[in-house]
Amino acid sequence: MKRLLACGVAGVAAVLAACSSPSQAPSTGGASEQRTLTVFAAASLTESFTALERTFEQQNPGVDVVLNYGGSSDLAQQIVNGAPADVFAAASDATMKTVTDAQLTAAAPTVFATNVLQIATAPGNPKAITAFADLAEPELKTVLCAPQVPCGSAAAKIEQSTGVDIPAVSEEPDVKSVLSKVSSGNADAGLVYVTDVNASKGQVQGVSFPESAAAETNYPIAVVKDAPQAELALRWVQLVEGRDGASVLGAQGFGRP
Amino acid sequence: MLPVLGLVQRASWARMPELLLSEAALSALRLSLETAAISTLLCIVLGGPLAVVLARSRLPGLRTIRSVVLLPLVLPPVVGGLALLFLLGRTGLVGRGLDLAFGVTIPFTTAAVVLAQTFVALPFLVVSLEGALRTAGRRYESVAATLGASPSLAFRRVTIPLVLPGLLSGAVLAFARCMGEFGATIAFAGSLQGTTRTLPLLVYLERETDVDGAVALSLLLVVVAVVVIVLGRPRGSQGVL
Repeated sequence: MKRLLACGVAGVAAVLAACSSPSQAPSTGGASEQRTLTVFAAASLTESFTALERTFEQQNPGVDVVLNYGGSSDLAQQIVNGAPADVFAAASDATMKTVTDAQLTAAAPTVFATNVLQIATAPGNPKAITAFADLAEPELKTVLCAPQVPCGSAAAKIEQSTGVDIPAVSEEPDVKSVLSKVSSGNADAGLVYVTDVNASKGQVQGVSFPESAAAETNYPIAVVKDAPQAELALRWVQLVEGRDGASVLGAQGFGRP
Repeated sequence: MLPVLGLVQRASWARMPELLLSEAALSALRLSLETAAISTLLCIVLGGPLAVVLARSRLPGLRTIRSVVLLPLVLPPVVGGLALLFLLGRTGLVGRGLDLAFGVTIPFTTAAVVLAQTFVALPFLVVSLEGALRTAGRRYESVAATLGASPSLAFRRVTIPLVLPGLLSGAVLAFARCMGEFGATIAFAGSLQGTTRTLPLLVYLERETDVDGAVALSLLLVVVAVVVIVLGRPRGSQGVL
């Protein structure tokens, strides 16, 4: 038992040392100093930001971009609790507000992309779903996001404006869970973002519906206050909002604000 | 203990009654208690005979059986949930047949919650009970046999009372594990108030919008866990698991 404990302590110490080393590592050369830009981004930005990371590192030699993807509200909570982020890109105004309310952004956030919901069905759309109102069918197993998360509040907004009541069999905690319930064939339909359908690479089929425009989701971005790499952070925001960002985001299905 | 202190100091005590008495919280608590109770019974029904076989029989391949039984203990619960989904889901190995033959689909039902909980909690009961059976040994049964008791009578009147503390402590551990189940449930059963949204699922969701609510519900789970362990753990079984 004692030995086990000693192992545990040694293990924890090793992990802590490993975690803290990048910031303390001596730089190898004076001019080509290695710098790390830490970007916290909503999970739905994974494909786009990973593509932009390559562009940014080519344009800024010696810079390593570290991307931390997650649920927007988790990331916001982490930043409020002191996580060392340079940039925060959220999937909703509400989650960005958590950070601005704590006065932790360097400047007011700007919206760089928009997203709309789409109905995800099995490939080939076997249940022949063509409109939002089709989801009211009680025989259909429809999965939504819970109203507490952005994709769920968008779905609830559309339900309210159209008067269509969807008898959901499950309200998932995030959009990727909805997608997996549809792609695994356990649900007939789910409401996800159009970018999620594109990122699923054919595992689900998307059905657009005009009512989705009423619940467009904004993607705000901001430099975090007292960011360790404030100048690089600003350059990242410029890249995302510039022409390169627009083409990458557009290819994933994001809209322009 | 320290993480629990963290929860306690973060809690907003003024809002506590309102947070705990909300409809969502009460329905999640009811669902958690009901499903955990049913799952624990299932664990006893399925795990009891299994423990007897593991402790008493001399079957070849017993070690392999034991490893398989213990698998859910070391597997991440979400992996267990995915495994259940691909076995019993609508397109799964067994689930497809159930759907075609009887029109029954298991995911998104309370039955799926019970299955997920039973899957992760079963090893706790088996390990506990097998330990108790081994500790009790066979001497008392032999004595009973020399006094003319049939094997089944000896088992009922001698063995079961002897291992009862072990069985109870195993059941308590299984119940506690069921109450805390998250990963397998969210992957296999989904999350819908009153049907599949147990307390841990509600905590995970509340955290998104209302940290106070999530903390209040977490403390409720802590209280349930403490009550279960303190009151439910019979004396004299300290050495078992």
